[in-house]
Amino acid sequence: MKSTVLKSTITGLILAAATGAAWADKADDTLNVAFTKELENVDSYFNSSREGVVLQRAVWDGLIYRDPVSNEYMGNLATEWEWIDDTTIEFKLREGVKFHDGSDFTADDVVFTVNYVADEANGVKTQRNVNWMKSAEKIDDYTVRIMLKEKFPAAIEFLSGPVSMYPSDYYEEAGPEGMGLKPVGTGPYKVTEVVPGQHFKLEAYEGYHDSPKGKPSIKNVDIRTIPDVNTQMAELFSGSLDLIWQVPSDQAEKLAERDEFQVSNESTMRVGYLTLDAAGRSEDSPFTDIRVRKAVNYAINRQELVDALLKGKSKVVYTPCFPSQFGCDEEAAVEYEYNPEKAKELLAEAGYEDGLTIDFYAYRDREYAEAISSYLNAVGIDTNFKMLQYSALREQNMKGETAVSFQTWGSYSINDASAMVSQFFKHGSLDYAMDDETLEYLNTADSSTDPEVRKENYSKAIERITEEAYWAPMFSYNTNYVTTNEVEYTPTADEVLRFTTASWK
Amino acid sequence: MLQFILKRLGLALLVAFTVSFISFSLLFLSGDPAAALAGETASGEDVEALRRLYGFDRPMLVQYGEWLFSAMQGDFGESYYFRLPVASLIADRLSVTMILGVCGITFALLTAVPLGVVAAIRPNSIIDRVALFISVAGQAMPSFWFGLILIVVFAIQLGWLPPSGTETWRHFILPTIVLGYYAMPAIMRLTRAGMLDVLNSDYIRTARAKGANERRVLFRHALRNAIIPVVSLAAVQMGFMLGGSIVVESIFALHGAGYLAWESIARNDLPTVQALILIFSMFYIVFTFLADVLNAWLDPRMRSS
Repeated sequence: MKSTVLKSTITGLILAAATGAAWADKADDTLNVAFTKELENVDSYFNSSREGVVLQRAVWDGLIYRDPVSNEYMGNLATEWEWIDDTTIEFKLREGVKFHDGSDFTADDVVFTVNYVADEANGVKTQRNVNWMKSAEKIDDYTVRIMLKEKFPAAIEFLSGPVSMYPSDYYEEAGPEGMGLKPVGTGPYKVTEVVPGQHFKLEAYEGYHDSPKGKPSIKNVDIRTIPDVNTQMAELFSGSLDLIWQVPSDQAEKLAERDEFQVSNESTMRVGYLTLDAAGRSEDSPFTDIRVRKAVNYAINRQELVDALLKGKSKVVYTPCFPSQFGCDEEAAVEYEYNPEKAKELLAEAGYEDGLTIDFYAYRDREYAEAISSYLNAVGIDTNFKMLQYSALREQNMKGETAVSFQTWGSYSINDASAMVSQFFKHGSLDYAMDDETLEYLNTADSSTDPEVRKENYSKAIERITEEAYWAPMFSYNTNYVTTNEVEYTPTADEVLRFTTASWK
Repeated sequence: MLQFILKRLGLALLVAFTVSFISFSLLFLSGDPAAALAGETASGEDVEALRRLYGFDRPMLVQYGEWLFSAMQGDFGESYYFRLPVASLIADRLSVTMILGVCGITFALLTAVPLGVVAAIRPNSIIDRVALFISVAGQAMPSFWFGLILIVVFAIQLGWLPPSGTETWRHFILPTIVLGYYAMPAIMRLTRAGMLDVLNSDYIRTARAKGANERRVLFRHALRNAIIPVVSLAAVQMGFMLGGSIVVESIFALHGAGYLAWESIARNDLPTVQALILIFSMFYIVFTFLADVLNAWLDPRMRSS
C-alpha cells in the first residue's frame, strides 16, 4: 500500500514537472525505446524473455509468418510448404534473400539451424520451442524438409514464431556468444551495436526481402535498458525516449490524460490462474475434494479483479488457455460465477463448516494475489500468504509442495492451446491434477494433424478440467504502450513490439 | 612490517573465501538455480534439461570445489545468464560502480567534514542547526525518492542534466549526489561529535592557553584526532557504496556491479554472484586495511598496538 502511494506520488511529481519537451529524434529518424529487463543474450535461442522475442522478430525471420491480426499463415523465408507425411514438412524457399552479412540464404542455412537447435546438447534455452524437430534435410538449394520426432500439428505455429533461420557459416563459427554480440539475420532490422544488458542499436536493413512483415518505416531504433519505470517516464518527458511499454495501469492512466502522449492498451496471451492440488501431491491437500476446488472457483469475483486492478483489455478467463489460441474452446468451459454463499455451502458439505487454513503461494503481481487471497478468506479459506522468488516457488511447485498457488502463463505467444493446456495437464512435474482422462484427450489433440480432431479433443480436455475444477482460471493480462505524439504505433494482442509497423506521424 | 602485511593479506583471503562459501550455500537455499535460469516462460521439462546441463543435480560441495579450483586460477567461469565470461562482464560493470563509489565518497567527505567542523565550532548556532537538518533529511530520505526528485528538478524541469545513462561525465552528477548524500550524515555527525569532544579536551585548552594560532589548533590538533573514527567509517561506507549502490544504479540506469549483483542473485546466476561476492568482500577487506594504515599514520599510538 505504502509503495503504491509513493509510486503515484512520484508519478504525480514527474507529471507535474513536465512542461513539454522537444522531441528530438524524428529529425535523425531514430526511435528511442526502453526495455525494463536486461536481456541475457540477443541470440533468440538463448534467451527466454519477452524482450528477446521483440529483438528476434526484428532481426531474424522464420520460414513462415503469422499475421498477428488475421492469424493467417503466410510464407516468409519459405514461399510454400506441404506435409509429406505426418512427420515431414517440405518447404520451398524464397530465392534471392541475403543475410545482413551479405551471404545468401539457402537450404544449407535451414538444415544447419534446425539440426543445431534440435540437438539438446547445444543447450537451446527454451527446449519446447525446438525439441519437436528431429532434423532437416536438403533436397536442393531451395527445397528443404524438416523431420519431426512425432506427430506435432502445432509445428506451423512454432515455425512462424520462435524458430528463426540463422546463417550456417557464420553461426558455426560464432556460436551463441558471437551471435549474441554481433547478430546476423535476414530480418527487417540489422543490429549495429550491442552492449550486453544495456544497449542495442538497430538499423533498417536496406536489402530486406519482400516479407509479409513489411519494410521498416523508421530507419534507426535505439533500445536502452532502464530498469525503473519512473526513470523511463522521466526520459519520456525529457524527450529522450519515444516509446515505452509494459507501463503499469495507474501510471498509464495518468499519462493518457496528457496531450503530448498516446497510450494504447492491448491484451496479451498471459493468463492468471490458481493451481489446486487435486492429485494430493502436497501434504493434507483439501483440494483432493472436488467441492473444495469448486468452492475456490465460486469464491473469486473475477470481473471485479479485472475492473479494479488489471483494467485495459484484460478479460475474465474461464479456460485453462488463452481464448484466441487454436483449440481453446470457451464454450466447453464450465463458468463459475461469483457466488460466495455457494462457496461456503460447498465447503460446509466437504466438512469445513468452520473454514480451513492453507498456505497460499504467489511469485508476482502481489496486489492481484492479495486480492485473490482476501476473496478466499471471505468464504472461510484462511490463507497464509507466501510471496516467494520465482525460482523458489517453481522449485516447490515441481516438488509438489504447493496446495494452492497463483500462477501466470504467457504461452510464449504461441497461438495454439497446446502451448498452455498441454503444458500443465500431461502428467509433467507441474501437473497437480494427474488426470488420465485429460491426458488421453490431450495426447490425441497434440498428435493429430486433423484440425477437427484436435479441436474436439481440446474441447473435451477443457470441459473435463473445468468440470473437475482442477484450476481456477481468472483473467488475461494486458500491456500499456506509451508513445509521444510523434509516433504512430498500433500494438497487437500477442505482446510483440514490432518496430516495422511503427512510423512517424 | 612486511610480515604483518602478509599475515593480514592471508587472513583477508581466508575471510573472503569463508564469505563466498557461506553465500554459495545460502544461494542454494534461496531457490532452484535451474528454475531461475530457465525463466518464467520455461516448462518443467526445460528446467530439468538445464539442471542436467549445468550439473545442478550434483552435491553442492562438489560444485563449490570446482568453482574454487577455477577461481584460484583466475577463471570465474561463464555467466549462466549472459553466457559471457564472468571476468569480462564484471570488468565492464565494476568500472561504472568504481567511478560512482569514488565520486560518491569524495562528495560525502567534501561536504560532511567541513560542515561537521563548522557545526562543532559553533554548537547550537544556525549553522549547527542547518547541518543537523541536512543530516536528518539525508538519513530520512530514501535514495530512490531523492533520486527521482533530482531527476524531476534537474532533468525534466530545468533540463540541465540527463536523467539516466552513463555516456558522459554529466550523467554521473545526479547519481553521485544521491549516493554521496546517503553516506554524508553519518560522517558529518561523527566529525561534529569528534570535534566537540576534542575541542573540550585538556590539551586543546592547553594549546590555546599557550597562545597557539586558532587555525593551527583546529586543523593540526583537533581535526587530526577527531578524524580518526571518520576514516574507519568512510572505509566502511566506501565498501558499502560499491556493493550497495543498487538503488542508485537502478534509478539512473547505470548498469554497475551493484545492480548486477542484485539481478544475478534473483536469477541465481551463481558464477556471477560468486565472483561479485568475492570481489566485494575483498574491497571491504582492502579498505579496512587501508583505513588502519591511515589511522596509524594519524595517531602514532595505534602503530604500537
